Amino acid sequence: MELKGSSNLSTLASSNDHGENSLYFEGWKAYDNDPFHPSRNPKGVIQMGLAENQLSFELIEDWIKKNPQASICTPEGVQAFKDIANFQDYHGLPQFRNAVAKFMGRVRGGRASFDPERIVMAGGATGASELLMFCLADRGDGFLVPSPCYPAFDRDLRWRTGVQLLHVECKSGNNFQLTKQSLEDAYENARKANIKVKGLIIANPSNPLGTTMDKATFKMLVKFINDKKIHLVCDEIYSATVFRGPRLVSVSEIIEEIECDRDLIHIVYSLSKDMGLPGFRVGIVYSYNDKVVSCARKMSSFGLISSQTQYFLASMLSDEEFVGKYLSESAMKLANQHDLFTRGLEEVGIKCLESNAGLYVWMDLRPLLKEATFEGEMDLWRVIIGDVKLNVSPGSSFHCHEPGWFRVCFANMDINTMRIALGRIRKFVVQESDQVLQVKKQKRTSKRSHGLTLSFSSQMYDETCSSPRMLSPHTPLPQSPLLRART
Amino acid sequence: MNLSSKATCASHGQDSSYFLGWQEYEKNPYDEVRNPDGIIQMGLAENQLSFDLLESWLAENPDAASFRRNGESIFRELALFQDYHGLPAFKNALAKFMAEIRGNKVSFDPRNLVLTAGSTSANEALVFCLAEPGDAFLLPTPYYPGFDRDLKWRTGVEIVPIQCTSSNGFRITKPALEEAYDTARNRNIRVKGILVTNPSNPLGITLSDKELNLLINFVESKEIHLISDEIYSGTVFNSPRFTSVMEILLDRNYVDTEVRNRVHIVYSLSKDLGLPGFRVGAIYSNNPMVVATATKMSSFGLVSSQTQYLLSAMLSDEKFAKNYVVENQKRLKNRHMMLVQGMEDAGISCLESNAGLFSWVDMRHLLESDTFEAEMELWKKIVYDVGLNISPGSSCHCLEPGWFRVCFANMSEETLNLAMQRLKSFVDSIYQSNDSYGFFHNFSVKDSRRRLLKKWVFRLSSSDRGLERDR
Repeated sequence: MELKGSSNLSTLASSNDHGENSLYFEGWKAYDNDPFHPSRNPKGVIQMGLAENQLSFELIEDWIKKNPQASICTPEGVQAFKDIANFQDYHGLPQFRNAVAKFMGRVRGGRASFDPERIVMAGGATGASELLMFCLADRGDGFLVPSPCYPAFDRDLRWRTGVQLLHVECKSGNNFQLTKQSLEDAYENARKANIKVKGLIIANPSNPLGTTMDKATFKMLVKFINDKKIHLVCDEIYSATVFRGPRLVSVSEIIEEIECDRDLIHIVYSLSKDMGLPGFRVGIVYSYNDKVVSCARKMSSFGLISSQTQYFLASMLSDEEFVGKYLSESAMKLANQHDLFTRGLEEVGIKCLESNAGLYVWMDLRPLLKEATFEGEMDLWRVIIGDVKLNVSPGSSFHCHEPGWFRVCFANMDINTMRIALGRIRKFVVQESDQVLQVKKQKRTSKRSHGLTLSFSSQMYDETCSSPRMLSPHTPLPQSPLLRART
Repeated sequence: MNLSSKATCASHGQDSSYFLGWQEYEKNPYDEVRNPDGIIQMGLAENQLSFDLLESWLAENPDAASFRRNGESIFRELALFQDYHGLPAFKNALAKFMAEIRGNKVSFDPRNLVLTAGSTSANEALVFCLAEPGDAFLLPTPYYPGFDRDLKWRTGVEIVPIQCTSSNGFRITKPALEEAYDTARNRNIRVKGILVTNPSNPLGITLSDKELNLLINFVESKEIHLISDEIYSGTVFNSPRFTSVMEILLDRNYVDTEVRNRVHIVYSLSKDLGLPGFRVGAIYSNNPMVVATATKMSSFGLVSSQTQYLLSAMLSDEKFAKNYVVENQKRLKNRHMMLVQGMEDAGISCLESNAGLFSWVDMRHLLESDTFEAEMELWKKIVYDVGLNISPGSSCHCLEPGWFRVCFANMSEETLNLAMQRLKSFVDSIYQSNDSYGFFHNFSVKDSRRRLLKKWVFRLSSSDRGLERDR
């Protein structure tokens, strides 16, 4: 829909290329119109599409109470107010950089250490990923991305940079592990299409899979990028959500073990997932390439971290005792919540990809599909939202090549809510199994949706949004799965 | 090296003298006690005059200070809040604050406000929304050096200057606009809009109604955009009062028009509230598509929720906010007067200004020759020998050599006095140096005429600067 005068805007503004206009928002709308609340709205939609870590706030709140000087606004801390409020140096507060570097080392169990001089700030992981693309690639260049992958990469890596994303399909047959062949194939396809491949971006731990990369695969891919002389961007924003073995192997460790051109290695970090602080917009770019650090630092002007927040976090993350306690307790809570959820699913015969990290599970609902197509997945998804009343994320939004997989978040709710969610799933599975059997017997021909509208305008949605519990810009943002099903 | 062209080129603009002076300061910063011979930072447009007001507000509002609302902890809510529509309470308060600064002659709809990480991010995002790589924006010179990075670097957009000169106090004229536009067209560059800073950086003057109307007429006829960077709107300390471009649109009854859809404002709390570290910027537009796109783009640089909350509490305290603006303006006025007087004592005049955190200072008479090389020579002397980091006009793309931007709101009174003393000593030493040096050879003639004139002018009226300005 063209507004008068819209031709006067850039194509970025007038096209729908930002990746946020998909049907996916129906799930959000359904949640927003009818959000679950244990007492006020017990039959509402339960939000399981939001990868947030809400399990360990008490630890942080407790620390805040005990450390009023960490805030520049309290009587104990206000003497720092003036200097901090005035501080806009894009190098960042030295104590902040030091604290983050130390924290990153601790998260990796001391197996790697990080140089505070290489820490560059960015506007969340969103800003950090985009920034790295601006540094490493030109308009039209390509970046390889293993799929299934975080849907918002379509926006973060591509939208304003003009970089092309080349998905490297991982398959359920080998538990979605990245293989050398698939990398080589993807690289070759790009070459044939005359696309200059500038790098490979991976998420480790993976979103949506919740798995950490094993050493052998990691070494393989580091060799791959080294041979091809392309960059490797490792998005390690879930690194402290590893709640069970195998332990995280970070790229910072791998490069100590094999020969590699370090100028090709870059890390994206954030505190949004590990510490549950997405509102504070703490994104970090860490590069082993001096030129990239220098360029990134200048670019960080476009998304610096509020000095108030830097100051607060510098204080908290320097408290080594607190950090140790937080990391171990958080991991334990994630493990408990994960186990509770997966066991509950197993009881009704639903399997998840075995995972050891992340704030979600990669759930296998292929047996429940009425047909093994993306349309079938969409139908199932609509039922889950509309009837079961759970907002989950369909695999197609993660560019998964096979229909039937769903990402389901478990760390953004308390145990009671989870039990309710499991109860609903249980009920639904029993129902559906019967239905699926019937369908297979009767070979139903018409495929009807469950009454949710097909046409959707994100703009309309933006205008009607008025509640603060709304869109996270970090929810999965898929291309329309219906489009994919048709082509 | 296989990095992007953005990483390898130099168009980030950070090699300019504006940033180099900054670097020199960092190496040898003045400190009253520890380094009294160090370089005094006068190149940084910061407002450090009114922190005490903020600090006492904090002391009286402990809830806002510690993640609490009505005694209840809201930490969790803030920690999770990453909605790019922004904290409603904050946007409401910000919209009201912006209106207050404009004497409530215009009002702002919070739904048309997009929050960004500083005006740096706001300007870049707006350009991404309005122009393609290779398109151009027209900017009146002299302009803020950071625009070369903010508007051009990652967007690929060009800047074409609208040349303003001292002959009319650097005001924007129709011929200058036309010439800039034609220059772009002759280079086959598509002009997408004009960007002005009002009040102006580095001039420190508010745009006149005449200029604002001129701009609106121009963007209307050429069907292009107008971005008005109004980040210094709260620093107007003298008449004429601040007139926003939005007010002119209202006066002309331009409601629901195409033009109104093409006028956008950039705001920030870095200058008006002296909080550059908090990274609070905003885009205001009546164009729903611009608002929608800019909102999505703000994902790349949202404002920390912790900061949004603190400032929503502060700005919602309307009595405080009003008081702050008035008191702050008083202090700026005094400081400005100090600088101007100090400059006069050194025989240097400033462009008459009524806003901003700096003065646009005329040192043309101190140049060895009417060239930018001479300006650079003078600048180096001032940085290294006099120990003042000031910003040379060339870094602001000024057409005429000899102008410098000198900041006055980022230091104590004592430091400002010291800076003025150093400058006076420097200028006096030049007066005393003889022609055999070959430096400033124009000097003695101009100098004596100037001194005579100056005395005469002062006899007539100490506030009438007309004659001096016409030189």
